[in-house]
This record gives sequence, C-alpha cells and structure tokens, in this order.
Amino acid sequence: MKDHYSLVIVGAGPAGLAAAVNAAHHGLDVALLDEQPAPGGQIYRAIESIPAERSSLLGAEYQRGSELVSVLRDSSIEYYPDTQVWSLNRKLEIGLVCSNTAAMITANQILLANGAMERPLPFPGWTLPGVMNAGAGQILFKAHGIVPADGVVLAGSGPLLLLLAWQYLHAGVKIKAILDLTPVHNHLRALPYLPRALLAGHYLMKGMAYKKELKRAGISTLHNISELRASGREQLESISFRQNGRQHVLETELLLTHFGVIPHTQLSRAAGCRHDWDSSQQCWRPQLDEWGNSSIDGILIAGDGGGIGGARTAEHAGRLAALEALHQLAKIDQRQRDRLGRKDRKWMREDLHVRPFLEAFFHIPGKLLRVPDDGTIVCRCEEVTAGEIRMAVANGHSDSNQVKFQTRCGMGPCQGRQCADVVENIIAATGGDSIARGGHYRGRPPVTPLTLGQLASLYPEEKE
Amino acid sequence: MLKRLDDNPEKTVTVTIEGQPVEVPAGETVAAAVLASGIGYTRTTPVSGSPRAPFCLMGVCYECLMIIDGQPNQRACKEYVAEGMTIERQHGTGVLQT
Ligand code: FES
Repeated sequence: MKDHYSLVIVGAGPAGLAAAVNAAHHGLDVALLDEQPAPGGQIYRAIESIPAERSSLLGAEYQRGSELVSVLRDSSIEYYPDTQVWSLNRKLEIGLVCSNTAAMITANQILLANGAMERPLPFPGWTLPGVMNAGAGQILFKAHGIVPADGVVLAGSGPLLLLLAWQYLHAGVKIKAILDLTPVHNHLRALPYLPRALLAGHYLMKGMAYKKELKRAGISTLHNISELRASGREQLESISFRQNGRQHVLETELLLTHFGVIPHTQLSRAAGCRHDWDSSQQCWRPQLDEWGNSSIDGILIAGDGGGIGGARTAEHAGRLAALEALHQLAKIDQRQRDRLGRKDRKWMREDLHVRPFLEAFFHIPGKLLRVPDDGTIVCRCEEVTAGEIRMAVANGHSDSNQVKFQTRCGMGPCQGRQCADVVENIIAATGGDSIARGGHYRGRPPVTPLTLGQLASLYPEEKE
Repeated sequence: MLKRLDDNPEKTVTVTIEGQPVEVPAGETVAAAVLASGIGYTRTTPVSGSPRAPFCLMGVCYECLMIIDGQPNQRACKEYVAEGMTIERQHGTGVLQT
C-alpha cells in the first residue's frame, strides 16, 4: 500500500465498486479499502464464493453483484480487503488497520461508501440470545448457508422482512409467523406517493409477488401488531404481542426483527461532516450535494451511507461521485462530468421514484421509536434502560452527550451505534420535537477498536 | 436453533469451542460457527452478567465479543475460523492474556 492516493474509497459494496471502476477507467490511482475478506458489501456478500444453488435461492437482484465484482477483478485497482478504517479527518488523513498493522495514508479525494446498518429499535427482551436482526439472519443464509432449524418468527416493518421470508420459504425453512408491526394507517400515509412509485413499479410488483407466494404456502402474516416482547431466562423461549386488542403468546427459540435501515455515519461523523435529520427516512444523513460532496472539501459520500436508496441507486451514486472526484482532480472538466454522468443521474432518479412511498408505508410509529416501556434496555453495552434515560432528562439533561455522561449510555464498545438515535428520540419526546435538538453523540476516532500494539505499529522506527 | 443447509462441506477446519473440538466449514465467521454449534450465549455482560449472543453479524453491535486464541474482546462476526483456533465465551470484561 502506498501512503498517498488520488482517490481512496472506503467500502466495496455497490457504491464503492462502481466508483472504483469508473475512476480507474479514467486513469486515476485508486485504493479501495474494505473490511470484509471479499468484495460485495453486505448486499452482495459472498457473491464470489456462494454455491450456485444457494445463489439462485437469493434471487436475481443478488446475482447482479457478480457483474460488479468481476469488473473489479479485471481492473488495476488496488483493492485491500480485511482492512478496517478507524479514523478520518478533514485533512483527508485515513487511519487503517490491515493484517494487525496500523497505517495512516492520505488522499486528494476520499469517497465513503460504507453503506447502511439496521435501525436499532429496543423492545423488552431484545437483548436475549435467540433475538437477532433480520439482516443477521440473511447474512447467515447468504454467506454461510445457515438457516433456522426449528422454525422462526419474523417481526417488524420493512421490505427486508418480506424478502427474507420469501428466501426462507424457498430454502425450506419453517416460518412460524410473520408479525407486521407496520400500523394500518400507514397505507393512507403512503397513498399520495403511490402514483410516483408506480413509475418504478417493478419494486412493488416484486413485493406483491413475494406476498402472494407466502400466502399460497400457508404462511400467516399477522398485521397491526404492537407491544412485541421477548421472554426467556438464558435464551429466548417465547414472544408475546398484541393484535386488535388481544394478547397472544407464541413459543419460539428464534426471533428475527427488522425496522428498516439507516446510514452508517460513524466515519462521516468522526471526520466532522454535517448531518441533517431526514424525517421521511427517520434517520440522520450527511449533507450532500447532487454529486456526493459532503460539507468537507475532498470527502464524498455515495450509497446508503449518504441516505437510503438501495443497491441500484448506490451504484449510480458511486459512479457519479467518481466523476466528481475526477472533476475535482482536474482530470475532466465540468462539461465532461455532466455529460458522462447524464445517464446515471437519469437512472438514479427513476430508481428513487419508489422511495417516498416505501418510506411512508414503512414509517415507524413515534411511540415505538421512543421505547414506551421504562424497563427496556436501550444501551445494550452498558445496560442503560429507557427509564434511566428519562430520569436523566427529567433532571435537566436535554442533550444526548449530557445524557451519555450522566448514564454511561453509549460509552460501551459499540460507541453508541445501537443507542444514539434512540436516546435522541426519547429526549425529543419530552420536548415535543421529532428529534433531539441537543444533537448526536460526538464521534471520535478510533471508531473501531484498536489495540495499543496496533497503534504502536504506526511508529516502527521507535521500536528498536 | 440454527442449522447448515449443506452438512457435507468441501473443506473443513477443526476449532475448539468452549473446550469441545468441532469440525466446521472453512470460510465461516467465528460467530456463524458458534451459532451453528448451538452453545447458546457467547458472552456475559460486564454490568449484570446477563447472557448475550451475536445480534447484527455485521460488526456494529459488539454483542459477539469472545475470547479467540486467548485474545479477549474479539468480534466473532468479524473473525474467520482457522485450523486449531480456540474459541471461548467472554465473561464480563475481557482479561488480556500475555
Ligand atoms: S454480532 Fe454485532 S458486532 Fe458482531
């Protein structure tokens, strides 16, 4: 690895791959850093090694990944797998760890393409072994061919739940129930966006086809579910929930939940990029212009890490950000950039037609986001409950960072990745806002754990 | 709770999970191997000692911290199995072994 590149891209999912290929095509020296051992990101995970049979179970959208990855393999791009980025600053310095050795490199342009994570949404019992994210279930399936053995309950709200159910159905997994926590009145909320969504109707058609197939297979989806609760001693034993005023209990060892995805902003925050609250996507996203420029000169962001748009949009955004990097580096002029980007901009606009509808349809009710039950753990690492956070707020702490100092919420190993938004929602609720004005936890490097040994490896000459 | 669709993988490695030798497919993450082994919880929390297991499998929740080859605080979902690897539950905060 060199210590300087024209362009460094972080993340080898659809955005990062498309960007790297486009930039390299125009003769730029590019380094593509990725934490996984193989390219594809979470969406196309294991795309190069997956057995054909399992790949076909995952559907055509997944197979799109092999095209992207094979172009990377045929290119001259310096690709570094198994590489963790632990710091980024406005001087465009990147701290990374690769094979247990830390390094600092610099770049003229940096593109963050680090994707999304599942929205953490605490409910009673969500810390029990046996309760996992639906995305985790899908990773086990994609990357390892591991599936639920004795049946599974899927619960939450969002397209991934439906997709995973459909994939499990085809893999012969027993689905005990699908619990839909989407409120029925969301249908009304989404209706005004339907005409525009029909312009990207293939997404809606696919969703409907999945639904139909599940129904035909006799898998029951229970709608209008609330008060989801997981119980068990050392391990999940049962779940309970409410439907139409009635309480139900279901025995299960495995519950996979999903409440949508949010941008992964740990690095953009550490760098100091400005972020805005997106009330439609119900998440923070970095401020970006139409080419992917963040509020910091030289830092571009593309893909779900810049706001949720899905895999196809990520690809387009990646290619556009690469053109912008080329433009910034004076490899192409503005007219060339605009001309070369025309198609991707058009396709991206078309692909995004479905988003406002999906966002309204799967809008998470504020009540759920605010964690109604005082006893529910919000900070999984430090075991801080919603009640303790409310207590801190009642004692006058109206800023998430103050709540953090007061309660230790967000001070554990995950560095607030799981609790930050929840804390803000709880604080905001007390002031009647939709999200805390008191701001987000301050992000500080290292954003992933680094041992002292790794840190010391930055200064090898001082070892002797 | 979980099973492998293919129980006859081409390449395997032998690891030790909580003292038990287990043959697992090469290329699996430690978290996947441990979940498929059915040992249940993979760590206890430093605060109340309650049992936990991998939750996100994509490196963001830090619930999967285990002791791998003697090194505590390793994210099991980010590490890959290797021949002869020892994998243990982490009880509370990890203690560095030298
Ligand atoms: S399971 Fe979440 S970090 Fe490993």
